[in-house]
Amino acid sequence: MENQKRLDEFQAKIDAGIKIEPKDWMPDKYRQTLVRQMSQHAHSEVIGMQPEANWLTRAPSLRAKKILMAKIQDEGGHGLYLYCAAETLGVSRDQYIQWLHEGKSKYASVFNYPSPTWADMGAIGWLVDGAAIVNQVSLQRTSYGPYARAMVRICKEESFHQRQGYEIMAEMAKGTPEQKEMAQEALNRWWWPSLMMFGPHDKESSNSGQSMKWGIKLESNDDLRQQFIDKTIPQVELIGLEVPDKNAKLMPNGSYKTSDIDWDEFWNVIKGNGPCNSQRLKHHKKAHDDGAWVRAAAEAYGKKQMELVD
Amino acid sequence: MSTDNQGPVWEVFIQTKAGKPYRHVGAVHAYDKEMAMENARDLYTRRSEGTAIWLVKAEDIVASQPEDMGAFFEPSNDKPYRHPTFYVMPEGAKHI
Amino acid sequence: MRNTLNKMNHLQKYCLRIADNSWILGNRLGEYSSKGPFLEEDLAITNVGLDHVGLSEAVYKYVAELDGTKSADDYAFRRAEHEYFNIQLVEYPNEDFAYIMARQFLFDVYQFLFLEALVDSKDNTLAALAKKSLKEVTYHIRRSTQWMYRLGDGTEESHFKIQGALNELWMYKDEMFFMDETDEEMMKAGIGVDLNVLKTKWEDKVTEVLTKATLTVPENPLFSLQYGKNGHHTDFMGYILLDLQYLNSKYPDAKW
Repeated sequence: MENQKRLDEFQAKIDAGIKIEPKDWMPDKYRQTLVRQMSQHAHSEVIGMQPEANWLTRAPSLRAKKILMAKIQDEGGHGLYLYCAAETLGVSRDQYIQWLHEGKSKYASVFNYPSPTWADMGAIGWLVDGAAIVNQVSLQRTSYGPYARAMVRICKEESFHQRQGYEIMAEMAKGTPEQKEMAQEALNRWWWPSLMMFGPHDKESSNSGQSMKWGIKLESNDDLRQQFIDKTIPQVELIGLEVPDKNAKLMPNGSYKTSDIDWDEFWNVIKGNGPCNSQRLKHHKKAHDDGAWVRAAAEAYGKKQMELVD
Repeated sequence: MSTDNQGPVWEVFIQTKAGKPYRHVGAVHAYDKEMAMENARDLYTRRSEGTAIWLVKAEDIVASQPEDMGAFFEPSNDKPYRHPTFYVMPEGAKHI
Repeated sequence: MRNTLNKMNHLQKYCLRIADNSWILGNRLGEYSSKGPFLEEDLAITNVGLDHVGLSEAVYKYVAELDGTKSADDYAFRRAEHEYFNIQLVEYPNEDFAYIMARQFLFDVYQFLFLEALVDSKDNTLAALAKKSLKEVTYHIRRSTQWMYRLGDGTEESHFKIQGALNELWMYKDEMFFMDETDEEMMKAGIGVDLNVLKTKWEDKVTEVLTKATLTVPENPLFSLQYGKNGHHTDFMGYILLDLQYLNSKYPDAKW
């Protein structure tokens, strides 16, 4: 049992806004929560490269190709910052990846949907990155120092992602009838999955209370989701597309009321039954397995170099 | 291979421009020094964030322990005479 | 567009070769995104790919300027296969990391030497582009050289794989130094590079690195091929273009 005095001191630090650093004492549950959340976050960035990489060879202009490459590279970079931050909790990257492959560690379910048209590149940037940013801006103030610092860096870099996605959608929405249709369909596809990104309702989110008390989470799932909805609906209307929710309605307080999410689908995809769950994991495992001999070579060569120095 | 951790961890310090101190920005994995340098460059200077890089293998860093915080750092709290603001200067004194 | 290229002058063709090499290689490297052996390397390869796409864009813009009727995107996306003038080496698929790195190393050495010479071109635009890209390519060659050492002198398996990839790709090397009328004309005009000089330097550098990497320089190929720089491509090229041109050919009126 952890003694109450230590717990109280820990809580006092959090309440005073003092960041927790890797070598500081922390409750086991705090560490476990971070291990789970940060690795999930890192995996999401890395798995998130896949639906976009799917369009890299087909990007329609020099400009679009460069942007998409830079963006995918950013996502991978963010995964890397997060793995490195998560490793300060005493778990190795190798272990995190093993958990991912064994299905013990999750990633954002939103990446288990396919990206059949170029408009999906727009919708992913605009909606998926847009939803992620709302969450990440909030996490810049999270109580674990390495996580907060990684978030600050990530938010700075992510700022162009949502804009590039919206630009693609805006361009297509005013393009040929076929393009507009593709844009609307992509919006329809990604609207609900991006709202699901904020997680279950607060009342059903088992870890939320404690995470908020410990300053790991700063705002509730429903609050963050509402912020995103309120920002996004006017953007949908501005480019002449339709919100794929007949019940979406502007309330007198300036906020939008929307239909409830299909929670069966949400839990189903989390459990691994989404359209691309198995494809995404297989892709990641294959790259990892195919790379094993390269890593072995680099390690062997690295050791020889060190011996030469010694 | 004993562990397949994508190489050991290296801590990365970047100098934003000549004359500025090096600041810790994060870490990379790499199997040798040259690779660590290239990875740090590719990862942490994509947006012209720096002009120079220092790398230290994470296992080689010697760090103070939180338990030592009191013994290490509190004694200096009662030595305000190490700070210039401790001293009373006569009214009107300049360039001091 | 098919016929207009017949009238193309030597300078335009010369530029398109430079651009197409980087454009097709950049696409190949992009294709590898999310498939790297570890995260850092995945990102590093995309970085190199981005440099290539950047260089090709700059050169396409210059050709578009020379031409006056087409855009850079027209050159990148709207030509028939035989109107692309890249060397065949860069078309070779990403079979595995050994092939990717062998292709990269052989090309990096060539491109570095080529740009180094092109810096003195009498064509100011090309000279300036060469100067800028040389910095990037200096980094590329440093990276791929290190990988030759790591794979050559790493494990038995990696040695075997990288040697196999080099042997396989060796047949594409002669094309880099093949001089046709366009090359001759450009060289005479003080715009282009003497590929014969390049060849010796390339062989010296490659031999030096491979030897240090405990690898064997492959035997010279027995026969010469038809060359990509004149629009004759491998079987792989059609599929590269199929992807690359997909949206532009399916929706010719659309802007993206």
